[in-house]
Amino acid sequence: MRMEFVLEIARVVLYVVGILAFVGFNASYLVLLERKGSARFQLRHGPTEVGPFGLIQPVADAVKLLCKQILIPKNVDVILFFMAPILVLLPAILCMVTIPFGATIAARNFNLGLLMVFAFAAFNVFGILIGGWASHNKYANLAAARVVAQNIAYEIPTLLIVVAVVMVTGTFNLQEIVAQQAGGFWRWNILRLDLNPLQPVAFLMYFICLLAETNRAPFDMVEAESELVAGAYTEYSGMTFGVFFMAEYTNIVLGCCVATVLFLGGWQCPFGLVPGPHWFLLKMYALCFTVIWVRWSFPRVQFYNLLNLSWKILIPVSLANIILTALMLKVF
Amino acid sequence: MSLDVQNLDRETFVVNLGPQHPATHGVLRIKLTMDGEYIVDAEPVLGYIHRMHEKMGENRSYAKFLPNMGRMDYVAALFNSHGYVAAVERLAGITVPERAEFIRVITCELNRVASHLLWLGAYLIDLGGFTPMLYAFDDREMILDLLEAVTGARLTFCYFRFGGVANDVDENFVSGTRVFVARMRSRMPMYEAFVSKNIIFRKRCEGIGVISAETCRRYGATGPVIRGSGVAYDVRKAEPYSAYPRFQFNVAVSDLCDNMGRYRVRVDEIVESLRIIEQAIDQLPGGPVMAEKVPRSLKPPKGDCYFNVESARGSFGVRVVSDATENAYRLKLRSPCLSNLHLFRECSRGMLLPDALAMLGSLDLVIPDIDR
Repeated sequence: MRMEFVLEIARVVLYVVGILAFVGFNASYLVLLERKGSARFQLRHGPTEVGPFGLIQPVADAVKLLCKQILIPKNVDVILFFMAPILVLLPAILCMVTIPFGATIAARNFNLGLLMVFAFAAFNVFGILIGGWASHNKYANLAAARVVAQNIAYEIPTLLIVVAVVMVTGTFNLQEIVAQQAGGFWRWNILRLDLNPLQPVAFLMYFICLLAETNRAPFDMVEAESELVAGAYTEYSGMTFGVFFMAEYTNIVLGCCVATVLFLGGWQCPFGLVPGPHWFLLKMYALCFTVIWVRWSFPRVQFYNLLNLSWKILIPVSLANIILTALMLKVF
Repeated sequence: MSLDVQNLDRETFVVNLGPQHPATHGVLRIKLTMDGEYIVDAEPVLGYIHRMHEKMGENRSYAKFLPNMGRMDYVAALFNSHGYVAAVERLAGITVPERAEFIRVITCELNRVASHLLWLGAYLIDLGGFTPMLYAFDDREMILDLLEAVTGARLTFCYFRFGGVANDVDENFVSGTRVFVARMRSRMPMYEAFVSKNIIFRKRCEGIGVISAETCRRYGATGPVIRGSGVAYDVRKAEPYSAYPRFQFNVAVSDLCDNMGRYRVRVDEIVESLRIIEQAIDQLPGGPVMAEKVPRSLKPPKGDCYFNVESARGSFGVRVVSDATENAYRLKLRSPCLSNLHLFRECSRGMLLPDALAMLGSLDLVIPDIDR
């Protein structure tokens, strides 16, 4: 009994440290990947000075951010002002608890894992809204208002797409969803055309929603630097901004993790050979790279076109997707 | 998407766009009265970089004032000096050698291509796309290298002199220009494929920021702004100057009247400028590049002269009044950006902020040119 208790404590500590390390590593090195990647897209070299190929650059960035003074402008609501970055980062870290990185590597194997991910992921918008409001800055207020409209518009199609997937899998348990996709890439949910011929379209829509939910270009209304200076982050400096930045990348990683689990077979190998966490990370980082790639290839959409895309295209199509899935399940 | 601002009875608020703001490309300040994201009124506030160039032109000699002209519209500096030099030459009755006129046309057109490339990059940044700027700057770099070799400067050129140009061009410049023209032609399909056909870019340009030809005329807008509204007004054709009448080229016009129209005009103008450069390089005559007997201290006879050139941004005019002394009695500079800016107030009413900023970017403003 006592032995089990000690082991459980050790397991919890291990996973807490592990997840925090994973989040921290991704936030810093995805920034480097973004800088290196965007440099390559733009005929530049990116960071080269710090370490070989600029590999130590994230450390230098972190030290710089930590050393910077945190300015608190006049008239800000100090408590909310400092709560906002934490409110953005914390739910994203919590969501990581349920992500199955391998057959046995998951902090908690919930039956309602998927539900928990989306429940916490919805918190993201609160943080930005509070930050934008507490900043007492017109640009930040405008950006916060935009973010709320944007997140409401994209939360709906995301959930509708996920519901269709859950109808196919019949479970909210992420481990089980991955286990069902064993055997080869034709068994992955993205290619289960026998269950729902719209499955690749659903994946594409999920990816668009992922970009919009994480406020990434071309849907980066929250920052929109050529319109709203730095949007909701205008008044944030030093590490308070750094935490927002970390949260952005953590949300990208989280979104890509969920996409990998739901559509790309999680830790399953495409050819049924040696399944394991390496496959999960490979698929997840490929998606992350695509997110970065999209950012440096497209201009920003107008706000009303962003909302039009969701309300006029994504929501009707995802509703049709649900009906089609239901019919397919009933008929076949 | 637009709002009826005439019958608005809701509460509005004021946003200061600038003087430091990423979208204003300098120290332009626009006082925006907004209803949510809709613009109710946009009042441009000028004067943050005013340097009294006109007054400076009146209290120093003609030659001493010449370098100032590169500091006005520094993105297309050669056009400014061309206008000033040509105005003074007409006043003083100096005839410029043929070779010098050809060199002026070649360097000016290179400058126009460089200016439009810079605009292309900056405009895409206004729309939130960062990558095309680096490609545009890659091409612009070749022009700057060519111009640096003959003028000695990369941005604020002071190359033209009263009676010709400062240095003759060499064989390297001629061959380098040929290489550039060929390269730029091969790059144009890339810009068309990745920028012009991009769905988000088109959504942000087509039908957005419509400016009618009538509005352009009322505010005195010139250059790509009025040509993007379907009026084929180009000083190079309307009042031909320098060696331009010798070359075959079309005036790029678009009937679209929107951001896309102005974008198309500038992209087409790059192609037309390449045509002019190629012809001028092929026909480049020999001979001197400076007129003989231009006095060191110029004292043009009493008179009044207005000279207009087609700058990259529109019609740039210089009026010089001489009282037969070393200094001009009066100098008046007509900058295209000032007129192009002021239609923003009328046209942006009822627009959404991102669309209005996209339109502001499409006007291609250079703030030191507005303030002088």
